[in-house]
Amino acid sequence: MRRWPAWAWVAFLASIPLWVRNQYYLHVLINTGIFAVAAMSLNLLLGYTGQLSLGHVAFFGIGAYTSALVSLGFDLQLAAGYTFVFEPRPVWLGFLAGVAVAGLFGWLIGKLSFRVRGAYFVIVTVSFAEVVKLVALNWVDLTEGPMALNNIPPVTLSLPGLGELTFWKKEPNYYLVLAVCLLSYAVIRRLVQSRAGRAFIALRENEALAESVGVDVTRFLVLAAVISAAIAGAAGGLYAHYIKIVDPDIFLFIYTVVMVIMVVTGGKGTLLGPVVGAVIFGILPEILREVARPEVQWIIYGFIMILIVFFLPEGIVPAAASWRKARAASASPLGAAGERA
Amino acid sequence: MDQFLQHLLNGVILGGSYALLGIGLTLIFGIMYVVNFTHGELYSFGAYMVFGVVAALHGNFFVALFLAVALGAVLGAGIERSLLRPLRGTSIDTTMLVMIGAWIAMQNAEQLLWTGVAKAIRHPFPEAPLVIGPVSVSWIRIFVFAAAILLIAASHLLIRRTRLGTAMRATFQDRETAALMGVNIDAIHTVTFAFGSGLAAAAGALLGPVFVVFPTMGDLAALKAFAIVILGGMGNFLGATLGGLILGVVEEMGAGYISSGYRDAMGFLIIIVVLLFRPTGLFARAERVG
Repeated sequence: MRRWPAWAWVAFLASIPLWVRNQYYLHVLINTGIFAVAAMSLNLLLGYTGQLSLGHVAFFGIGAYTSALVSLGFDLQLAAGYTFVFEPRPVWLGFLAGVAVAGLFGWLIGKLSFRVRGAYFVIVTVSFAEVVKLVALNWVDLTEGPMALNNIPPVTLSLPGLGELTFWKKEPNYYLVLAVCLLSYAVIRRLVQSRAGRAFIALRENEALAESVGVDVTRFLVLAAVISAAIAGAAGGLYAHYIKIVDPDIFLFIYTVVMVIMVVTGGKGTLLGPVVGAVIFGILPEILREVARPEVQWIIYGFIMILIVFFLPEGIVPAAASWRKARAASASPLGAAGERA
Repeated sequence: MDQFLQHLLNGVILGGSYALLGIGLTLIFGIMYVVNFTHGELYSFGAYMVFGVVAALHGNFFVALFLAVALGAVLGAGIERSLLRPLRGTSIDTTMLVMIGAWIAMQNAEQLLWTGVAKAIRHPFPEAPLVIGPVSVSWIRIFVFAAAILLIAASHLLIRRTRLGTAMRATFQDRETAALMGVNIDAIHTVTFAFGSGLAAAAGALLGPVFVVFPTMGDLAALKAFAIVILGGMGNFLGATLGGLILGVVEEMGAGYISSGYRDAMGFLIIIVVLLFRPTGLFARAERVG
């Protein structure tokens, strides 16, 4: 079987709403796409720079809240009886604001936390996510706290000649998510194949060595954190305007864990790994739902994570690549000799 | 002033149990270099064991406490043998992922077994609090604090005064050399993990009757334990003890004087501030592990 070229995959993905009419299946695919964007963004940090960010859901949530608040508008009681009123703005502006604010927090966290590494870095990122969750829960003036932000408007596009297009239905949302997926993939691909990407990988493999040949460690780590956070924020924005409700539960640690499982299962440090992981763990719950309660599903997830680390530590995509290579080598008469030459 | 004293007392009493949690985690990190995400599950395991023995089996409260700690240690030994020993020598991220997987499986097993409804544990202490001058404290909290201090003192003696403790400290300082001197590193790792898990179960068993018991109670406990470990310096026994007390007091003061909604944020703010200004912990100069 020959590999499909990239355009064939894109055409296949774009054709799905034409032959999948079931709205529920489309809903599952949209969710999967949103998680794929988030997992790709995590992979940039976890897979390419080797920094395990366990607070990643914070950037997702910040993107969702920012985008929702900008498009809903809000007012804040400031000191001395003065009220700051923010009028509702168009959804696309909110979405971009979500991306920007998430990126800004990525910069802040990068600046602060890359003074430390390893276990310390993990714990700083977890703490950051918990603090953000508590702020979302307690700053009721702004976020409505546990009452949640409701009636978030869907994405609206005004196209020349077509008039206003509001994304109420599944199909346009599917295409929107697909577009953001492809864009994120392209951005990350461009980044990791550039000089910056080689710097990331050098840092992951041997930080001291990379530094000794002149790689500015902090600068590249912060760059990775900003882009990763911004893309996670984009995923959050998609989520907010698709689901149309955002509450502090969006910051649950378990969502970060889901992203980590996706990246690790698919293959960290590969472009396709997080997408493969997102497809598996986006669709698996829907299959398991028929036979298992949510708790049992989570137990299965936990075991899958352990089994992957024990038996497939590189993840599915690298394992499949080396399997294909081995098969190609044994099929050709030159075999392993050709491989070696 | 009276209010201040009351907050201080509450904080110190809460801090005693936090110290137990932090000591267990800091020993595991210091000796094994494993970021133990199952720590919070051992904490909730301890609480559920007490609940199970007292409510379901109508057992004695104190027997239940003892059983919870012992079974917590056995469970910890099981986790170490099955999940961590095969991965000895791999990167810290690898073991961290496995521990996250184990944590998710354990928490949801609890949810399945006990349901998500919060449970209260009945205890044999009188409801009326002890009033000393301007402050009052319930009897169960006095008992919890005394038991925590006793366990901390016993752990300290174990690490400083026994052959096992010497072997643990040697492993912490230099694993290879310790092995050359005849220390059984595998056994030390199992014992350390079991010991740390037992302390986490003890903290859960003691705090369970003070608060309520629910499956995700361990999440916040584990994150607080991480805060304590960072505050005290990783692998630092005395640091974890003081760190636990400090966190308890800061939380109570924060809840009392700033906002009770941000009570649980205090630990994380401490983590962020400590790592910014003193990444080795507040008590870095004290000798580690012991």
